[in-house]
Amino acid sequence: MRKKLLEVKRLKKHFRIGGKTYLKATDDVSFEIYQGETLGLVGESGCGKSTTGRTIIGLYQPSEGEVVFDGTNVHTAKGKQKQELTKRMQMIFQDPYASLNPRMTVGEIIAEGLYLNSMGSAKERYEKVIELLETVGLRREHAERFPHEFSGGQRQRIGIARALAVEPEFIIADEPISALDVSVQAQVVNLMKKLQREKQLTYLFIAHDLAMVKHISDRIGVMYLGNLVELTSSEQLYANPKHPYTQALLSAIPVPDPDVEHTRERIILEGEVPSPMNPPSGCVFRTRCPAAMQKCAEEVPIWQEIESNHYTACHLYKQ
Amino acid sequence: MDPLLQLQNVHVTFQTTGGTVQAVRGVDFTLNKGETLAIVGESGCGKSVTARSIMRLIPEHSGKISQGSIKLEGKELLNLTEKQMREIRGSRIAMIFQDAMTALNPTISIGEQIKEGIIRHRKISRSEAKKQAIEMLTLVGISNPERRLKQYLHEFSGGMRQRIMIAIALVCQPSVIVADEPTTALDVTIQAQIIQLFKDIQWKTGVSIIIITHDLGVVAKIADKIAVMYAGKVVESGPVRDIFYRPQHPYTKGLLASMPRLDGDRSIPLTPIPGTPPDLFAPPAGCAFAARCPYALEVCREHQPEETVVDSQHIVACWLQDPRAKQVYPDLAEATGT
Repeated sequence: MRKKLLEVKRLKKHFRIGGKTYLKATDDVSFEIYQGETLGLVGESGCGKSTTGRTIIGLYQPSEGEVVFDGTNVHTAKGKQKQELTKRMQMIFQDPYASLNPRMTVGEIIAEGLYLNSMGSAKERYEKVIELLETVGLRREHAERFPHEFSGGQRQRIGIARALAVEPEFIIADEPISALDVSVQAQVVNLMKKLQREKQLTYLFIAHDLAMVKHISDRIGVMYLGNLVELTSSEQLYANPKHPYTQALLSAIPVPDPDVEHTRERIILEGEVPSPMNPPSGCVFRTRCPAAMQKCAEEVPIWQEIESNHYTACHLYKQ
Repeated sequence: MDPLLQLQNVHVTFQTTGGTVQAVRGVDFTLNKGETLAIVGESGCGKSVTARSIMRLIPEHSGKISQGSIKLEGKELLNLTEKQMREIRGSRIAMIFQDAMTALNPTISIGEQIKEGIIRHRKISRSEAKKQAIEMLTLVGISNPERRLKQYLHEFSGGMRQRIMIAIALVCQPSVIVADEPTTALDVTIQAQIIQLFKDIQWKTGVSIIIITHDLGVVAKIADKIAVMYAGKVVESGPVRDIFYRPQHPYTKGLLASMPRLDGDRSIPLTPIPGTPPDLFAPPAGCAFAARCPYALEVCREHQPEETVVDSQHIVACWLQDPRAKQVYPDLAEATGT
């Protein structure tokens, strides 16, 4: 049995948006991540996948629930314990244009984490920066340049180098490739996979591109309107999706193959995602679900293991 | 018979403080009635500029269509005055943009924005225009159109806004719709709805569509033929099945290989295309892809490749496909796997 590195227990993050209105960005999400694996988190915009990621790393305080990283509660840790956590958990952001300080050189950006954690002398830090630049496929002279001198793919490499600087064990990558061109996406994904093998990293990979998530992840969780609706191995999720939302999501993704596209049956979901300020009663997916029943409006489906390592929350499956 | 729309050797340049950018460097393609052409390529390859040049929407203070010809039903668009061009825009060729929030006016009700086009181009009364606007909203699948006409853009979701933009494009019954990344900003379940809408509309109205996208999945679903652009040029074009199943250009092959597939095997690593596209301030003398091409020959770096006809409509601009290359390098076919 592999070691549980991260445990997310009934995590909720509600944002107050004036008066008594709350936006339920993440509403009761539980999962575990084992050491050395990649867990993918997918869902459409507004489903709460980024909020979940940002709450896990401590950028937000949860409204309820807890996140335990290797025995330490992320949100109650203080002082030395907290600093230790920031070294062990790092994040890669989506927008390579907004997530790098334009007034710092690339070298300074990458070394900042080392400096803040007082790791090494100035010279050692410089050497580390050079080593990291080469690890992510950039050159040593790039350390003196500023972010605007780089392309999107190169900037994302800088973001990865920054995350790696403090030698973390766990990296949350929030849509790390969405802003990049197709041919460059493959470069960054291959780099992330290579680094995972070499440094035994654990990833939480958040993205909406299910094909790419399937490629990189060992297990995948599917989110809809703040809720986790299904979680299983990536092969199983693709071959045998259980939740009607997962089925629709998979069928909506166009495959780059005209013959397959012309014969494929497609489930086109009606309507749009309801507002997270006023989610439907019972199962949140019921307003668009082709298999919705009376029960779905009345009862919240429980999160259950319906097959070995295959979890879903849906009334279609026995309690 | 003339094709509906024909581009020949179109060049577009932009003057910037850094020098002249050669954004589009000789693009040819034809579009026939009822066809869907997909222009694919990565950011900066000139696909959007090509689309805008068809509408002559290149900003005049910095850019210009420096060479070439764009013909609509045999009539040259590049010789028209701005006033004549205004009669074409919206009426004969309409455009759909990626982001409705910036393409449409947030302070005018959507009904007014739909009617604006018909009133401008057709001599009809306001009440007749309103009737047509309601028809259009129904056609694009917006329920309760009479009430919706009075609403503003912010009252609609992303998918609905895209439907409104399609309604505005369709209202004057154009022969060509140019859609620039129409589904890129949408979620995949909404994207599926909009792609289906494009197909339904084409079936109902017979409109020809040029869709610009970087998503090869969308292309496989919707296109009849494809033009693959790289660094301002069409490097390969042809019917959709030829491009997907018999790609000839190393860049097309690279694009297809770098995309993960949902039904793919995840133990096989993706094959990225190394490097980045060339700088279009000073495009290379030879083939623009040579620097990233695993099979580049000496000639590739020095001379622009000529077009080779692979098979009637399937055309590729690559030296490896030139009959002469096979004489010089007899084992070429084996090395490139073609």
